[in-house]
Amino acid sequence: MKLSRRDAMVLGAGAGLATLLPIRAMAAGEEQIAAFTGGAEVGEGGITLTAPEIAENGNTVPIEVEAPGAEAILVLALGNPRPEVMTANFGPLAGSQRVATRIRLAKTQDVLAIAKMADGRFVQAKSTVKVTIGGCGG
Amino acid sequence: MISRRDFLQGAMAAASIYGASGFGNFSRLAAQQRMTQDDLLAFEPMGNVTLIHLTDIHAQLKPIWFREPEINIGVGEARGKVPHITGAAFRRLYGIEDGSPLHYALTYDDFVALARTYGKMGGLDRIATVVNAIRAERPGALLLDGGDTWHGSYTCYHTQGQDVVNAMNALKPDAMTFHWEFTLGSERVREIVENLPFAALGQNIFDAEWDEPAELFKPYELFEQNGTLIAVIGQAFPYLPIANPRWMFPEYSFGIREQHMQEMVNEVRDQGAQLVVVLSHNGFDVDRKMARRVPGIDIILSGHTHDALPEPVQVGNTIIVASGSNGKFVSRVDVDVRDGRMMGWRHKLIPIFSDVIAPDPEVAAIVDAERAPHLEALREVIGHTDSLLYRRGNFNGSWDDLICQALLEEREAEIALSPGVRWGPSLLPDEDITREDIFGVTSMTYGQAYRTEMTGEFLKVVMEDVADNLFNPDPYYQQGGDMVRVGGMGYRIDVTKPQGERISEMTLLATGEPIDPARSYVVAGWASVNEGTEGPQIWDVVEAYIRRKGTISVPPNTSVKVEGA
Repeated sequence: MKLSRRDAMVLGAGAGLATLLPIRAMAAGEEQIAAFTGGAEVGEGGITLTAPEIAENGNTVPIEVEAPGAEAILVLALGNPRPEVMTANFGPLAGSQRVATRIRLAKTQDVLAIAKMADGRFVQAKSTVKVTIGGCGG
Repeated sequence: MISRRDFLQGAMAAASIYGASGFGNFSRLAAQQRMTQDDLLAFEPMGNVTLIHLTDIHAQLKPIWFREPEINIGVGEARGKVPHITGAAFRRLYGIEDGSPLHYALTYDDFVALARTYGKMGGLDRIATVVNAIRAERPGALLLDGGDTWHGSYTCYHTQGQDVVNAMNALKPDAMTFHWEFTLGSERVREIVENLPFAALGQNIFDAEWDEPAELFKPYELFEQNGTLIAVIGQAFPYLPIANPRWMFPEYSFGIREQHMQEMVNEVRDQGAQLVVVLSHNGFDVDRKMARRVPGIDIILSGHTHDALPEPVQVGNTIIVASGSNGKFVSRVDVDVRDGRMMGWRHKLIPIFSDVIAPDPEVAAIVDAERAPHLEALREVIGHTDSLLYRRGNFNGSWDDLICQALLEEREAEIALSPGVRWGPSLLPDEDITREDIFGVTSMTYGQAYRTEMTGEFLKVVMEDVADNLFNPDPYYQQGGDMVRVGGMGYRIDVTKPQGERISEMTLLATGEPIDPARSYVVAGWASVNEGTEGPQIWDVVEAYIRRKGTISVPPNTSVKVEGA
């Protein structure tokens, strides 16, 4: 069985349903999203994910996530064999809620960042990063 | 009924800026055979700022033939829009008369007959004449070079770009951005840039290790013209390390970096810039998307995709100016800047008809001096062509058919691959083919012609990958080249499908059999981005082939079937 990203997001809206499914039927990252959000609804806005449109080197892709006021940020590479990249936790004394790193992407895929805000809301941003074998410019 | 031109004026008024384009009457003049330098340069000055845009000359210092594309398909939001309109439809859109000089300069059909009527285009000495005339009228006019300047000829290759640098410096550009220049290698780029007497710009040129702006290149430069503060922000080609060999400039990272562009726009506005100009090597469709998504840019001077448009394209309050390639055109944009904003503009795409515009003696002498030590090699006749040799077009061109045939025969391969670059002048039927002509379509610093084996499955992956670089509906995922040229293999392509589904019916032309995913094929090609590629230089392969054949005749190519155009 193959689930598309869209299916995954629909499933993500109801963790109760998701937990009833066998693990192998879950879309990429579904398990990690459920664990992070506890099944809460995930909104948009207030989080910025910066990633290249096309990776210069799929082995080391620079990404940055910023979510002012976040307590924690989860980053997933949804097309990797192991989607979890990291969870960054921010203490009350953190000067900013921003994290930058480099990740390895096995193929063209969506990178997803979800922030848990101080008021308990969750917001997400995602970006498609293309991993190409290289072409020929004009 | 409102005409298209009236509508353009109206649209400007609605956006509280007004504009006009200064093309249109060459057709009549030419019909009377009275095209003069004064006509080509005629421009009613306006406003207080003048910009001169030159881009993608690819080291063509002498006049050339250059046939524009017949096939130039737009996808996504660019579908059916300029610059993806060609031939008669393009002429009707802009009111260009059939058989006129602009028909010849801007469209592909009847190219041979019109070329013989109107002569070669370009030449840096003619461009210098135009630039000098504009500066005489408008002191302080900014000359902005969009890049792909130090690449593309025999002399450029053998001097590592120095011939073009010397000649361009005589034109006194004010700023420049980059693409193929980096294939000279980062050491050579540093050496040239450190001594450039003008600004080397690229807000998206980053240090690869630290992912922060590279020290050698400024993101923008501020200029004052008639008391008006102008910011010119550079945008280098975003996909250099992907489309070209990353190992040649490992210190640098690029990308579109839209957010950083917005920060730079805000920064220059905060510093008091009243006019914000982006000198871009994004390619036209990327610029159109960027104009929509990054507020605050007044003018984008667009390069990379080699489009020449007789009028700017307006997106919101931004105008995009596309000035062609190979020295065929120079754009002049006069701008009325008042109360800290662009109130209006006047634009003209000036075609450089080399038989009409007088060469500037100083630049002509510099160009000839650069060529003098190489003249014998440049002019050596290798063969003769019965066919029109050209490159531009999304899928094939007769120059690449020739190159692929040379690879198949000289390298004893079953399938040949030639990169879908957009540079390379044309040759008319019944002309000699010189070494200079061969370098014009092959010159590069990684021209080794490889010979390898690929499975049918891998060939499919390669074709799909390149097709997505061209036909991804989101311009930010496009790299701005054309489709890889193929010899010995036919295929069908549906440009509307997603990656992995566009290419079908791959067929080995020698046998007519379908390509077997599991079988290995002997493939010859050139311009690999991989370090350590071995093989003879492509220009030597092509020269050997042409010498052996004597006279070249390229049959029509019917091996690519296109759907969804």
